[in-house]
Amino acid sequence: MDYHQVAQFSETWGLVILLSMFLGGVVYALWPSNKSKFDQAAMLPLDDDAEAQQ
Amino acid sequence: MSETLSAGSPTGGSTPLMRYAALGTSLLATLFGLLWALNAADTGMAIHGWIFTLASALSLGYLAMNLNPTKANPFEEVDQGYNFSVVRFGAVASVFWGVVGFLVGLVIALQLAAPALNFDWPFTNFGRLRPLHTSAVIFAFGGNVLLCTSFYTVQRTCRTRLAGNLAPWFVFWGYQLFIVLAATGYVLGISQGKEYAEPEWYVDLWLTVVWVVYLLVFLGTLMKRKEPHIYVGNWFFLAFIVTVAMLHLVNNMTIPLSLTSSSSVIVWAGVQDAMVQWWYGHNAVGFFLTAGFLGIMYYFVPKRAGRPVYSYRLSIIHFWSLIFLYIWAGPHHLHYTALPDWAQTLGMVFSVMLWMPSWGGMINGLMTLSGAWDKLRTDPVIRMLVVSVAFYGMSTFEGPVMSIKAVNSLSHYTDWTIGHVHSGALGWVGFVSFGALYCLVPWVWGRERLYSIKMVSWHFWIATIGIVLYICSMWVAGIMQGLMWRTYNSLGFLEYSFAETVAAMNPYYWIRALGGLLFVIGSLIMAYNIYKTIRGDLREEDLPTGQIAAA
Repeated sequence: MDYHQVAQFSETWGLVILLSMFLGGVVYALWPSNKSKFDQAAMLPLDDDAEAQQ
Repeated sequence: MSETLSAGSPTGGSTPLMRYAALGTSLLATLFGLLWALNAADTGMAIHGWIFTLASALSLGYLAMNLNPTKANPFEEVDQGYNFSVVRFGAVASVFWGVVGFLVGLVIALQLAAPALNFDWPFTNFGRLRPLHTSAVIFAFGGNVLLCTSFYTVQRTCRTRLAGNLAPWFVFWGYQLFIVLAATGYVLGISQGKEYAEPEWYVDLWLTVVWVVYLLVFLGTLMKRKEPHIYVGNWFFLAFIVTVAMLHLVNNMTIPLSLTSSSSVIVWAGVQDAMVQWWYGHNAVGFFLTAGFLGIMYYFVPKRAGRPVYSYRLSIIHFWSLIFLYIWAGPHHLHYTALPDWAQTLGMVFSVMLWMPSWGGMINGLMTLSGAWDKLRTDPVIRMLVVSVAFYGMSTFEGPVMSIKAVNSLSHYTDWTIGHVHSGALGWVGFVSFGALYCLVPWVWGRERLYSIKMVSWHFWIATIGIVLYICSMWVAGIMQGLMWRTYNSLGFLEYSFAETVAAMNPYYWIRALGGLLFVIGSLIMAYNIYKTIRGDLREEDLPTGQIAAA
């Protein structure tokens, strides 16, 4: 594999792969049914006064 | 059972087998250190061999005396089954290294203002003390803050005890040994000459071992979590640990001259070497000084404000956009060099895009206070945390501006860069760390509140004035320097010699040193306050109503 092949791959498929992974993250964050899960998660620092569970 | 009783001590909670294994490993490490010290090819390596031997022998001695731990954990009630002992050690180490690192910074600031302070002695030369300062503040202070806050946050938000019993202690003490080896090396003149990656090959290898164990402890804790969801703060901590491991390995690909030599040769050459270095260097900023400390922000700001993070969704988008963009920004350190133009432009474009996740994160941190803005007036700890986020916003706006090639042609190689770095380092990293330590110390020592809330206010104002003096003087000095470098006279010759630009900056160097002095004074106030808090003292103070008890 020489420089041009690596460059070609990163300029095409690399871009598509990384961009779709990123968009996947955004979709996950905005997916309506995840809302309640995130609301619970946001409270994690606040109601953490319980003991450690082994 | 003696094991649960002594869960607060380093060997507590571990099985006898593990303790004997650790004892054996320490013995081997001691012998290895001896062998290494006695066969060293140069003085620096011999000294480091002896330091390693001493550290291993101390570990050996401690383990030998604590093979059957029976001492009860004095913090049983505070700890509630969590491993906060290592967090307590990390908090003390953070304060200690912080004060040391800031002091060395003040010394080198004074050296720049008055070069006679180099004392014409190699061990106190600016060139050796400068990496001592940067490593002490970034890796010793910042690293210990990240260690203790990440160990605290991951346990609390996963509602489970830290994975491993001896492993977290190995991470803590192993990391201190790394700091000592790196710092003594700089003073002795051992350096591979890569900015923020100065430690030589064997210190790099040691850090690799420590870092892998850190990753395993963190992952192990996440894996045995009792909460279904991994809190976003932990994502940032994990990204910090994983990415720093990757950066460290690639940027330190060196071949030692011999196995007992303290010198090595890097495998990268030419502009590729420069690109690898700044891919490392900028992501050290992005993942060590940003992602890690954002993990702190996402836990400590909501906790202290008593309100959930403004938008959890935004925090996820903040996380992924930061991760996907930061890694490409490095080439902006190499504008107008032998680096191909397309790579320079790529670095610039990604740096400008980074402005969006940075400000998204800033808004998320600041808006967490909505409905609790009154705490800014009553709680100086919250004020410190909020101002740190404001500095984060300011320096992440300035950074993209400076990465634009036209701006960079003026700003690069000038003291504007130093001012920019310090608005991020003192304002963002420093203040968010101080805020976290002011929260953490009363929590893990089980104190009602800090010894003195007023002292936090003093620390805040003195340090803030220090930062303002620092960054303003460096703006003026840097832009003046850049403009003087590019001023031509009517005949097309350069108007100023280099020495003239240096002389012109001298007054600003004194102002910068004054700013640094104020920052050091602030940190000494913090050290005293935290020392008294740990002792369990409470200063009689008239606190405004609504002042929260820290616990």
